[in-house]
Amino acid sequence: MQFRTVAAVLPDGARSESEYSDTLLVHGNCAEFLMSETTTHEHDVLVIGAGGAGLRAAIEAAASGLRVGLICKSLLGKAHTVMAEGGVAAAMAHVDDRDSWRVHFADTMRGGQYLNNPRMAELHAREAPDRVRELESWGALFDRTPDGKILQRNFGGHRYPRLAHVGDRTGLEMIRTLQDHGIHQGIEVFMETTVVELLKHGDRVSGCVAYDRDRGRLHVFRAAAVVLATGGIGRAFRITSNSWEYTGDGQSLAYHAGADLLDMEFVQFHPTGMVWPPSVRGLLVTEGVRGEGGVLRNSEGKRFMFDDIPDNYKAQTADNEEEGWRYCQGDKDARRPPELLTRDHVARCIMREVKAGRGSPHGGVYLDIAWIKERVPNGQEHIKRKLPSMYHQFKELAGIDITQSAMEIGPTTHYIMGGVRVDAETQMSSVPGLFACGECAAGLHGANRLGGNSLSDLLVFGKRAGEFGAAYAKANGVPPLDSAAVQAAEKRILEPFERADSGESPYAIQKELQDFMQDLVGIVRRQDEIEAAVTKILALKKRAANVGVDGHREYNPGWHTALDLQHLLTVSEAIARAAALRQESRGGHFREDYPEKSKHWGSVNLTVRRGEDGNMVVQEQAVVAPNDDHKAIIAEMG
Amino acid sequence: MAKATFQIFRGDSAGGQLKEYSTEVGEGMVVLDCIHQIQAESAPDLAVRWNCKAGKCGSCSAEVNGRPKLMCMTRMADMPPDQPIVVEPLKAFPRLRDLVTDVSWNYSVKKKIGRFKPRKPDVADGTWRMQQDDIDRVQEFRKCIECFLCQDVCHVLRDHNKHEEFSGPRFLVYTAALEMHPLDTDDRIDSIKDEQGIGYCNITKCCTTVCPEGITITDNAIIPLKERVADRHYDPLMWILRKVGIADGEPSK
Ligand SMILES: Cc1cc2nc3c(=O)[nH]c(=O)nc-3n(C[C@H](O)[C@H](O)[C@H](O)COP(=O)(O)OP(=O)(O)OC[C@H]3O[C@@H](n4cnc5c(N)ncnc54)[C@H](O)[C@@H]3O)c2cc1C
Ligand code: SF4
Ligand code: SF4
Ligand code: FES
Repeated sequence: MQFRTVAAVLPDGARSESEYSDTLLVHGNCAEFLMSETTTHEHDVLVIGAGGAGLRAAIEAAASGLRVGLICKSLLGKAHTVMAEGGVAAAMAHVDDRDSWRVHFADTMRGGQYLNNPRMAELHAREAPDRVRELESWGALFDRTPDGKILQRNFGGHRYPRLAHVGDRTGLEMIRTLQDHGIHQGIEVFMETTVVELLKHGDRVSGCVAYDRDRGRLHVFRAAAVVLATGGIGRAFRITSNSWEYTGDGQSLAYHAGADLLDMEFVQFHPTGMVWPPSVRGLLVTEGVRGEGGVLRNSEGKRFMFDDIPDNYKAQTADNEEEGWRYCQGDKDARRPPELLTRDHVARCIMREVKAGRGSPHGGVYLDIAWIKERVPNGQEHIKRKLPSMYHQFKELAGIDITQSAMEIGPTTHYIMGGVRVDAETQMSSVPGLFACGECAAGLHGANRLGGNSLSDLLVFGKRAGEFGAAYAKANGVPPLDSAAVQAAEKRILEPFERADSGESPYAIQKELQDFMQDLVGIVRRQDEIEAAVTKILALKKRAANVGVDGHREYNPGWHTALDLQHLLTVSEAIARAAALRQESRGGHFREDYPEKSKHWGSVNLTVRRGEDGNMVVQEQAVVAPNDDHKAIIAEMG
Repeated sequence: MAKATFQIFRGDSAGGQLKEYSTEVGEGMVVLDCIHQIQAESAPDLAVRWNCKAGKCGSCSAEVNGRPKLMCMTRMADMPPDQPIVVEPLKAFPRLRDLVTDVSWNYSVKKKIGRFKPRKPDVADGTWRMQQDDIDRVQEFRKCIECFLCQDVCHVLRDHNKHEEFSGPRFLVYTAALEMHPLDTDDRIDSIKDEQGIGYCNITKCCTTVCPEGITITDNAIIPLKERVADRHYDPLMWILRKVGIADGEPSK
């Protein structure tokens, strides 16, 4: 692996003062000079994104001896995956030997309300255990069972304890393991580099155009195969657990390159985000709190989750508090407490309580783990050991000791089930040579993702994307470069500087978008509101084409925001248009005006693609039919 | 709401100065919130790294009133109310722009450290058995979020610029995690002495004090590694006993 060193920061700085100030004063007249600085790179497989999915893909592609490039917007090891807390789902059956890939498959399909691609759900459930064990052989240290195996914990929607974990910092363990393994595989890494546009040669993908954040220089990457692993879209909403990176780049890059997107209406609002103080609103509170026995209460002290248990979950959900607690303690005869129902459902129940005036002072409800001190010896220490970073997070950021008092929580935008439509086996999109994996791809989760199924998704399909990306690269070679397209992209990237004086601030547009997406296309949706959002997005697109940024090209967040905004608008439009079409409620998509599931909508996914005229087209497409084995499993356990 | 005054470093590798800004501080705000607010209000090109806003990614490291801190975990309520808050980039690394430094040296140091090499699997299915007790220590080290605050505070790097000779506390923690990993079989003792320059550390414990993850860097990682180096080079018998797992301090490999 190589790391770019930045010439200008070396003590013997080769650049002269005057050269330096040229790059500081970016105005229209010197844009041409700046463009000539573009550097071209060539790889067989280029992976965009260095979270769990991208790292796993790069490791796999490099294993076949190809030249592999890996690009990421942040420093290595800082991608979203680092924040994952609860665990990685894999039916290893270490804690409950009744678990198997078939049960995991059934749980995933039920959770996704049968809009999932069943073949992906099968591959995922079958291969996750090996992918987790592989991490152990690369140095990961998961928490242990008494007999020395990888320990597994309960999580919402999973029938048996299934999540391998390390306290509540599983994502850190995973990304660090992949990073520390990956740096020895000969992968060339480009940190703090943002891809702005994909390049094509005929139908095929041929590379991308990017800029490095630290110096603002432009780069062209040529590649035989490109793997997108760019994560999610949370920044399209005001309240989110996602960082600045989550602007839907992969989905948007693929869309503009002509690829299909799928299931974009399905956004997961996690039921438990922090609500107070305002500056941390949206920060995630792991589901692990509920897995360890945490309960939800309204302002009247009532455990309201018992009030509304969906019919298809009644048989496996506890109907009294005692049974729910026994489940959290590992009693195999007990059914899980209603707090561990699927995320979409729990989020809506919380909204209902708040709307009915039974919320907490800051518009959430209470999540209480402190109560378990009545039940477990040494409860205070137990909570700290099981949930160290939650303890820390509330202590430091809210001044609350979770071993003593309840947390105030409410829903937060967390994850997108939709994304780039891919082939189940190979992860190739509808554009030849363009692959996608991890959160930016679609298919595995259907209408709702189960907790823990993302980290396993990254590993299983990251590996597959790397493997098949490499095979494609070997078979097809690096296509020629379209220099006209490169020049057009470069021009577009630098344009905001030309409007330094006249253009609007990108921050203002981003904020407006986040506000109305939250209000109009959020947890509870309605036809007129979604349509209003579409109109607003179209208007913002016009304004976004005229944003201006001031200053220099080095690490200029205003410029970065201006470019990210284009992606954010594309994915917001896709989400809103798909949400407007799906007139039913299912999984992460809840329509106040169509509160029930419909048979018709249960049989189709929605694809989003760019039409001939450049406008966005949303179409129905029949779901991928389950095979006989899938049907048998679903009939038995679904 | 009260107004707070900030003095923020603005500049690049060529130089720069503290510039004064003021912004409204609401309940529960942290330093990073204020920086973002200033960015939105009056300095759209103010460079700063961040990702998680929850102390999990180690991106937002800076020096706040002269102390190495994660800005996202530094509460405004804990700042002295009547003085300006000074925010500067880490000093142990070359400046890039404003609060952003070039930390790439850290990545190249890590790459030179011998990678994890597990023993043969314990069970035919290719897996291992480990007890929780045996991994607790290493799990402590693996909490590291690579914020490099410990590197920043260590005088060997910060004041003496021994980047060539000394890998710094972060990578001694990293190496300790490998060396004490129950499955690992590699031997890094010589390189800990020669390439990582552990001898430069004179146990001032400043690194432990600033670690936001509460890793007891010096006592749990550096001192045991120093002992191993000493045993190997000055007490061969002790080294052999440890190797065969008779003397404690090292889980048998
Ligand atoms: C707080 C939190 C807790 C979570 N807990 C869990 C959990 O317990 N279990 C679970 O299964 N899931 C969990 N999730 C979900 C899961 O963490 C994410 O879905 C998953 O990590 C996404 O991984 P990824 O590899 O797809 O993308 P990421 O890890 O987000 O990586 C995306 C990468 O793409 C790069 N990138 C993006 N755009 C560009 C561009 N234009 N150019 C270049 N690079 C780009 C980014 O820099 C980054 O490196 C959690 C999520 C959050 C936010
Ligand atoms: S204890 Fe050693 S490594 Fe830590 S700061 Fe002091 S000299 Fe540096
Ligand atoms: S050891 Fe602590 S201070 Fe050092 S990089 Fe890791 S988390 Fe940061
Ligand atoms: S932003 Fe992640 S540690 Fe501060």
